[in-house]
Amino acid sequence: MFKHSKLVSALAVAGVALFGAQAAQAQIVKIDGSSTVYPITEAVAEEFQKSKKNAVKVTVGISGTGGGFKKFCRDETDLSNASRPITKKEMEDCKAAGVEYIEMPVAFDALTVVINPKNTFLKEATVAELKALWEPAAQGKVMKWNQVNPAWPDAPVKLFGAGADSGTFEYFTEAIVGKAKSSRGDYTASEDDNVLVQGVSRDVNAIGYFGYAYYAENMNKLKALPIVPPKGGAAVAPSEQAVIKGTYQPLSRPIFVYVKAKSLQKPEVKEFVEFYMKNAAKLTKEVKYVPLPDNAYTGNLEHVKKNKIGTVFGGQNEVGITIEELMKREAKM
Amino acid sequence: MQALTTEQIRAVIARGKLRDNIFKAMGIFCLSLALIVIVALIADMVMKGSERFTLDFFLNFASRRATQAGILSAWVGSLLVMLVTALAAVPLGVAAGLYLEEYAKRNWLTNVIEINISNLAAVPSIVYGLLALGIFVYQFGFGQSILSAGLTLALLILPIIIVSTREAIRAIPAMIREGSMAVGATRWQTCRYHIVPYAMPGILTGVIIGLARAIGETAPIITIGALTFIAFLPPAPFMGEPAAGLFDWVFAPFTVMPIQIFNWTSRPDPAFEINAAAAGFVLMAMVLSMNAVAIWLRYKMRKNIKW
Repeated sequence: MFKHSKLVSALAVAGVALFGAQAAQAQIVKIDGSSTVYPITEAVAEEFQKSKKNAVKVTVGISGTGGGFKKFCRDETDLSNASRPITKKEMEDCKAAGVEYIEMPVAFDALTVVINPKNTFLKEATVAELKALWEPAAQGKVMKWNQVNPAWPDAPVKLFGAGADSGTFEYFTEAIVGKAKSSRGDYTASEDDNVLVQGVSRDVNAIGYFGYAYYAENMNKLKALPIVPPKGGAAVAPSEQAVIKGTYQPLSRPIFVYVKAKSLQKPEVKEFVEFYMKNAAKLTKEVKYVPLPDNAYTGNLEHVKKNKIGTVFGGQNEVGITIEELMKREAKM
Repeated sequence: MQALTTEQIRAVIARGKLRDNIFKAMGIFCLSLALIVIVALIADMVMKGSERFTLDFFLNFASRRATQAGILSAWVGSLLVMLVTALAAVPLGVAAGLYLEEYAKRNWLTNVIEINISNLAAVPSIVYGLLALGIFVYQFGFGQSILSAGLTLALLILPIIIVSTREAIRAIPAMIREGSMAVGATRWQTCRYHIVPYAMPGILTGVIIGLARAIGETAPIITIGALTFIAFLPPAPFMGEPAAGLFDWVFAPFTVMPIQIFNWTSRPDPAFEINAAAAGFVLMAMVLSMNAVAIWLRYKMRKNIKW
């Protein structure tokens, strides 16, 4: 840490001598990362501290998935919340710093396309229709509902969506438009999903998207739009069953927690991870996310035991992957 | 020039008075607009947050359950950060202001410094956050701690304190200085026994206004990495097992009120909006009571100054 200059190190040494060593805060489990995963990890942290009678301290920050990985690969945190798999660039950063990690899916997040409850003409939508609405080429051109589907009325479209820095935006564009971060720009964007909830609930011609939890808490104000799966078949509305069965496609995705292999040697981190996997199913439901099947959590614990380091994605996000596939794959650094 | 008749003079006076009254009405209107906004804001927060104003709200940590979530770590964090900020910024700012007014020679260098200080006061707070992330968090290795946050906010309010110190000193009549010097006091003695005591009310006002600004700052604190969920307090000196050192708390991770409020407003569960409103009111009360203390101190100290 103090490698820069003699002056700085002298100052720092003086500071440490003056203020006493930092040894007193040894038993802290440090977590940072995605705001999407945050509610689950926070719930686990809260319960874990209670069960340990506060002997172990857990801190959870929100820096976004990317910001979290930056800190994680700089060896500053023990666990990192991530709403998407680690990218190639981040894998390289971690490798350069000698940080090895174990990837653990912890829940499903189902992106929900929502419309105003008074909207009577929209019963379902296909991925192609959503693409026509959201792709970059639609900017300034597709402004009315009947431009997408002639059966829909000649009324203005009001679009609400996630801000460009969020993992939600990345996943939605990848799943719908076909390329991550490729979207029209003339819509109401907000990192604060409550703003989107308000917007859609007040405008009959509005359509928007965000995480399932925000829909679940505001069901009285919003209607979820069933999506026709890309492989065909009947339109599926987002629900716990649909997500677990894998029929709500392509908008459901697993979300992750990455734990540093070195940190697992600390008993408090190991205990925290074990506690996380044992209680994730219950706590995930409580914060309105969709839990994984039980064998995924036991599988994660197995991976921790066997020290299965690396990611199964190879630095590439994938749309529509099932949890079984994910657990079976070989992980690579 | 033709002399005006009494009636004409009265008409002129009446017109003047009418203009006076119109301006007065406009002034009252503007003032009441500002007052109505602040009263409406407070009333709104009190009404929305009223059901959370319990002792538990102040003594509970953050939680995923809105009804059990409290602001303990946030208000303790805010107070400790303010303590570090005050300890760092007040001596530096007052000394710098005193030097510039009483000691520094008038030349191009002091002019450059003066312009820079005024410019610093206008720098957006996020820039201080970025600076502090590089210097305090990584270079000095203070980490994401109360110390880093306190020093960052100290930098932020330093220009405010310097400027208000200088203004307070400038308001002291030159004859006080001359009188002191005339009876043989050194420059230091003049400052120590006359300038600083007389300028104190003004300096304190500047300090407290600076601190009131700092306590509401969110951007620089987020930049240096304050946490969102933290369910423990910094170690109190000489407490705990093993006993904490006198200054261990300055290295502890923390959160502050504005971050807690921001986190609550962005949650899916609407029940957290009640918490956010209640916490917003508490923050507002903290700021207003700091301002009240500033007014009281100024009044009390001015009374004791006899020239």
